[in-house]
Amino acid sequence: MLITELKPKEEVIARTKGKVLLIQCEGCREVFFPAEQVNKFKQELKNSTTITDDITWDYLCNHEYTKIRIENSKQKIMLADSIIIFSCGVGLQVVSNLISKPVFPGCNTLYVNGFQGLTPNQCDCAQCGDCFLNYTASICPITTCSKSLLNGPCGGAKNGKCEVDKEMDCGWEKIYKKLESLGRADILKGVVKLRDYTKVI
Amino acid sequence: MELKELFKEGKFVVTSEIGPPKGWQIEKSLEEAEFLRGKVDAINVTDNQSSVMRFGSLATCHFLKDRGFEPVFQITCRDRNRLALQSDILSAAACGIENLLLLTGDHPKLGDHPDAKPVFDLDSVSLIYTVKKLEQGVDLAGNKLEGEAPKFCLGAVVAPCAEPLDPQLFKMEKKINAGAEFFQTQAVYEVDKFAKFMEEVKQNFGTAVPILAGIVVLKSVGMAKFMNENVAGVYVPDNLIEELKKDKEKTKSGQTGVEIAARLIKELKPLCQGIHLMPLGWTDKVPAILSQAGLTS
Repeated sequence: MLITELKPKEEVIARTKGKVLLIQCEGCREVFFPAEQVNKFKQELKNSTTITDDITWDYLCNHEYTKIRIENSKQKIMLADSIIIFSCGVGLQVVSNLISKPVFPGCNTLYVNGFQGLTPNQCDCAQCGDCFLNYTASICPITTCSKSLLNGPCGGAKNGKCEVDKEMDCGWEKIYKKLESLGRADILKGVVKLRDYTKVI
Repeated sequence: MELKELFKEGKFVVTSEIGPPKGWQIEKSLEEAEFLRGKVDAINVTDNQSSVMRFGSLATCHFLKDRGFEPVFQITCRDRNRLALQSDILSAAACGIENLLLLTGDHPKLGDHPDAKPVFDLDSVSLIYTVKKLEQGVDLAGNKLEGEAPKFCLGAVVAPCAEPLDPQLFKMEKKINAGAEFFQTQAVYEVDKFAKFMEEVKQNFGTAVPILAGIVVLKSVGMAKFMNENVAGVYVPDNLIEELKKDKEKTKSGQTGVEIAARLIKELKPLCQGIHLMPLGWTDKVPAILSQAGLTS
């Protein structure tokens, strides 16, 4: 887990549907984790929403560990319609790759000079401070799109590959396909998104 | 006449485009525009097209306006952050440039300065949103503009023959919601696919936003094959490639390309509200295309 802050509540629950499963990461929390705020927030959620379970694991970013844990908790996970993850962007993306349910971030991952997390990972988090994974099916448009676009594909991809590199998948086509497979393509029709660069400098 | 008025009148709109030179002497480009005088409703000026550094789009539009043409200022998000984009758009207003085509832009890696910083601070959708704000008399940060708010006609692009089409349609919807008033499309060679796209547009967005079908004049077999390999959302069918192969001299002289373009326009005309020609240097052939298509006498 990198350094995180709690996302505004309305942003977290804006796109969740039905019964919600909460997963929290405890790995590298000695660095920083907004534990108090998250606990308070979870309590509020429990009062207002049907929560199927509240799980805490460590090192969500560790693909192998997380895969085994998900396998063991399969039945609990199947009960939920949406999953909210309280972790950094890397941990969230690992979970999302392993579960075919809509996954939403509860935290923003903040930029820290010279600190890139503890587990080497294929999923990349730019620590942009304003996590967009809540409307991109947990595929990061900042790290998977060569132009880091926030409002959809640029139209430069050919056969699913990016215009800058025929080996590189178009991040936005992946986002679209995944949302469609989750039956949630509606999420993309939301508001116009703009980057806030004060969060990275 | 302003594009907005023509759309309102329901006229079948014809636009073309010119690319500024690699250098500061603009006369040749302006001479190129003379082929279009009286033949088209507006002329697009590309903005460092294909990420190749060139003379500016804004200044070229200004010179065209001075000479009595109706320019469409193409603006990409590749080279300017939100301050520079808004600043250039205000400058366009002062030059009397009313039509904007708002694009994300190609990645700099594709051009002649591949080591440049890709900006993309905004994208096509957020740029449309930004211009809408300027039209309301405030900038993107919400600060009030002095004096009268600028007024524009906002264009955007869409690739109607792209596969899959759905991501194109969702982005198109975002552009319409942000304030796009007309669309120019990527090159169309497959009329059936375009018809299906227009059906989708009609179902999803009605007929309020005019669509100008894109026509790129085919210069050679190599160009057609290159586009099939490399250009997103464009597919030149085999029968057109065969037609280009058949008579090499005719293709080389441009006659085949002109015939194909004219035929496409005739077929596309009943389906859409206008066409946008991208002659890629063959502007001198535009009058023949339009006349063969029956759009000019």
